[in-house]
Amino acid sequence: MTPDYTTTARHADSRRPARRTEHFVADVSETPLQVTDRVKDEAAPLSLWGEAWKNLRKQPLFLISAFLILVVVAVSVFPGMFSQIDPTSEACQLANSDAGPAAGHPLGFTQQGCDVYARVIFGTRSSVTVGLFTTIGVLLIGGILGAVAGYYGGWIDSVLARINDIFFALPLILGAIVMMQLPMFRTNKTVWTLVLILVIFGWPQIARITRGAVIEVRNADFVTAARSLGVSKFGALMRHVMPNSLAPIIVVATISLGTFIVAESTLSFLGIGLPPSVMSWGNDIQAAQASLRSNPMPLLYPAIALSITVLSFIMLGDALRDALDPKARKR
Amino acid sequence: MSASVDFQEAEYATERPLLEIKDLAIGFTTSNGEVNAVRNAHLTVMPGETVAIVGESGSGKSTTALAAIGLLPGNGRVAAGQILFDGEDISNASEKRMIELRGNSIGMVPQDPMSNLNPVWKIGDQVRETLKANGLPSGPDDVAKVLSQAGLPDAGSRAKQYPHEFSGGMRQRALIAIGLACQPRLLIADEPTSALDVTVQRQILDHLDKMTTELGTAVLLITHDLGLAAERADQVVVMYRGQVVESGPSLELLQNPQHPYTQRLVASAPSLASRRIQAAKELGVETDDMLAPSETGVVEPAKSDDVLQIQNLRKVFKLRSGLGKSTDFTAVDDISFNVKRGTTTAIVGESGSGKSTVAQMVLNLLTPTSGKIIFDGVDTSTLNSKELFAFRRRVQPIFQDPYGSLDPMYNIFRTIEEPLRTHKIGDKASREKKVRELLDQVALPQSTMQRYPNELSGGQRQRVAIARALALDPEVIICDEAVSALDVLVQAQVLNLLAELQSRLGLTYLFITHDLAVVRQIADRVCVMEKGKLVETGSTDDVFESPQQDYTRALLNAIPGAGLMLPPEMDVA
Repeated sequence: MTPDYTTTARHADSRRPARRTEHFVADVSETPLQVTDRVKDEAAPLSLWGEAWKNLRKQPLFLISAFLILVVVAVSVFPGMFSQIDPTSEACQLANSDAGPAAGHPLGFTQQGCDVYARVIFGTRSSVTVGLFTTIGVLLIGGILGAVAGYYGGWIDSVLARINDIFFALPLILGAIVMMQLPMFRTNKTVWTLVLILVIFGWPQIARITRGAVIEVRNADFVTAARSLGVSKFGALMRHVMPNSLAPIIVVATISLGTFIVAESTLSFLGIGLPPSVMSWGNDIQAAQASLRSNPMPLLYPAIALSITVLSFIMLGDALRDALDPKARKR
Repeated sequence: MSASVDFQEAEYATERPLLEIKDLAIGFTTSNGEVNAVRNAHLTVMPGETVAIVGESGSGKSTTALAAIGLLPGNGRVAAGQILFDGEDISNASEKRMIELRGNSIGMVPQDPMSNLNPVWKIGDQVRETLKANGLPSGPDDVAKVLSQAGLPDAGSRAKQYPHEFSGGMRQRALIAIGLACQPRLLIADEPTSALDVTVQRQILDHLDKMTTELGTAVLLITHDLGLAAERADQVVVMYRGQVVESGPSLELLQNPQHPYTQRLVASAPSLASRRIQAAKELGVETDDMLAPSETGVVEPAKSDDVLQIQNLRKVFKLRSGLGKSTDFTAVDDISFNVKRGTTTAIVGESGSGKSTVAQMVLNLLTPTSGKIIFDGVDTSTLNSKELFAFRRRVQPIFQDPYGSLDPMYNIFRTIEEPLRTHKIGDKASREKKVRELLDQVALPQSTMQRYPNELSGGQRQRVAIARALALDPEVIICDEAVSALDVLVQAQVLNLLAELQSRLGLTYLFITHDLAVVRQIADRVCVMEKGKLVETGSTDDVFESPQQDYTRALLNAIPGAGLMLPPEMDVA
C-alpha cells in the first residue's frame, strides 16, 4: 500500500489535504422526523399470556394436541357418551373370547370376552385421574419447596437440595415396587394410593425447575423495586417472583402429566399399580399379554390410546415452551 | 474551489473506493411479513479511511455493516442495491467467495467482549484458528506477535490463558487482535468499546487507531456515540430508521448539521453538551431549549438542609475462598458526603468502584458494615420495621435496565398503582386518578395504563419507572444508571423530564452513573469514586473545570469528543 493512501491524519492536520468528501444531506421529506419515543397505540394491549395465546392459536402442534387432550378429557369425564356397552367383567361373555370385530363391537373382544372398545373408553378415566392429580400434587409440593429453597437460599436451600437429591436418586419404579409392598398400601390399592406414591417420587423434578426459575427472577430489578416500595419479602415472592416463574413450571408439568400416565400404566402392568378390579389401560395391556400371539388386538388398542394421550401432553408442553420462551419476551 | 483542491481531486480520481455501498435495501422476513430494515443506504470507504456509522438502536447501522461482510441473519437478505468491495459486487456473492474475503480482506471486531470469545478455548488457539483459516503461518511465535501488536503485554504467556482470566479490556484487545490478525484491508468494528469503562475505551480506541494507521487498514466504525464517531472518524454517516440521513466529513457534520435529525443528535449528545440541563420552560420542548446558556436558572431549594448524610460508610463483603476460609473484599471504604435537599448529587465511577453498593445501602437494601446513613436527621440503621416502611415511602429507586425494572406480568396501571396499594393510600377511584396524573407528569398518554411493559420502548419503560417512583411523593430518588441503557435522544428526553420534575416537586436526586458527560448535564455536586474510595468531591463546575485528582482528570479526558470544537451556536460559554 502506498503512503499516499494513508490519510489517517485527522481534522487538525492541515499538511495533507483531506480527501474530498461531499456533505450529503437526505431530503427531509423522504426521511421524515418522528416524535422521539412515541407510544404506539394502534394495537390492542396484550399481556404476556395474551401474546402467548396469540402465538399458540396459530401453531398446528398446539391445535392438534389441544384437540386430542380435549377428546381424552371428555372421554374420561363422560365415558357413557362414547360407549353404551358395559365393559365390566360381569357383562363379559366368555363365548366371545378373543373374537374379532363384530357389529357394535368395532375392536373385537378380550380373552375374557369383554368389548375392547368399551374397555379402552372406560379405562381412560383412571389413567387421566392418576396423571392429573399426581401433577397437581407434584406442583404443590415441588412448587412450594422449590420456591422456598430458591427464594430464601442459604441453609434452607442446602437442606432442601439434599432431600431433593435423595428422592431424585431413587428410581421411580423401584421405589414404587418397594412402597407398594408396605402393609398399608398392599391391602388398600386405589387410584389415590397410586397418586400418593407417584407424588412422593415425582416432586423433586418440579422442585428443581421451580428453584431455578425463582433464582433467575428473584434478583430482577422489579423485585428490588417492589421491596424498596415497602412490599414484604414474602409478598414480593407471591406477587412478583412466582407469577414470573410459572412459564417453565407449566411446561414441565404438562410434559410430566404424560409421563405420570405412563408410570401408572407401567405399575399396573407390573401388577403393583391399580388393582385388576379397576379398569385402566395398564391393567388391560397386562391382561392381554397372555394372548399376545394369538390375538394381539386387545393389547394394541389400549396401547394406542395410551400413546396418543401421552404424546398429546408432550406435544402440548413443547408448544407451550415455544410460546412462553423467555427469550422471545424481549423481542 | 482552489487549484490545489482540483489537483487533489485529480489525484484521487484514479483511486477506487475500498467499500462502496449503493442504494442498499435489506429486508427481513418475519412472522409479520417482510420488514425493511435498511433503505437507500449508501456510503463510501476509501482505502485507509475511517468511516463511522452513527445511529440509535434499530436504525439499521449494524445490519448495513453485517451485510458488507455477508453475515446477515438467516431471515435477512439484500433486497436491492450493490455492495462493492474493491470494485467487486459482493451483495449476493456465494458463501465460498465470502469465506475467502472474510478475515484476510474484511475483518470484524464484534461488540460484546464477554460473549464473543469461546470460553473453552485458550486465547492463543482462537487467534491461531483465524490465522489457519486464512492460510497464514500459525506457530506460537506468530500468535504471540499478533497479540502483542494488539497491545497485550506478555503475549506469549497470555496466549495460554482462557478468556475468563482476561478483563473486559484485555478481551477486547484479543478480539481486535483476531480481527486484524490477517491484516485485512477493511475492519468492521461494531460498537467495539460500548461495554467498557471510559478510560479503557480510550486506550483501546487509541490503540486501534495506531494499528490501523500502521497497517493502512480502512475502518468502518459503528457507534451510537456521535462524540466518539466525530473524534475517531474522517467521515460520519448518520442513519435514522434504516436510511442514511446525512453524511460528510466528521467535523463539518458536527459543526454544521443540516438534517433535522442530525441537529437533534448533536444537540442531545451528552459528551458534546457543555452545560447543565435546565428544567425545560415548556412541556414538550425537545431539543432547542435543552442547553441553556448559563447556571443562573439552577433551582434554589427552599430549605437547604442536608436531607442525606453519609458518614464513614463501609461495606465489606466476605468472599469464599476454599474450605471455611473467606477473604474480605471492601466494596465501599470509609466514604462521607452530604446531599442537600432539592439538589442532584452524582456518584461517578467505573465498574467495580462501589457506587451501586452505596446506592443499595442508601435504599436500605444492604446493611452497612460500619458507618451511618442519616436521612432527614434519623440514622436509618436504627429504624424498626414500621419506621422502615415509612422510610420506603420517602426514598425511591429508579434502576438502569428498563427491561428488568418492570414486572412483565403487571400492566402499567398495576405497576404504578402497586406502591399506592402497598401503602394503603386512597380507594380504587382515587388511586386510578393518581395513576393518570402520574402518567401525565412523565408525558405518557393515559391510554398507556392498559399496556404491558413488553409493548413499550426502553425510554417509555423508564418513564413508567419514574412514575412508579413518584407515586408515593418521595423526597429522595436514587437513580442507579437510570439513563445509561437509553439512546441519546431518549436519554436527553428522560434527563429533561427528571430536571423538570425536580424543579416542580423539589426532589433530591442521588444519581449513580459511569458517564461523566451525563453528570455534567444534570448534577449540582459530584462524588468521584475509585475502588471503593471517594477520591474527589465538589460542585460539578469545579470538578469539571479544575479536577484535583489524576483519576478524575483521566476520566474527564476519556469522554469521547470532549476535546472537539463545538459548533459556535452550541458553544455558548
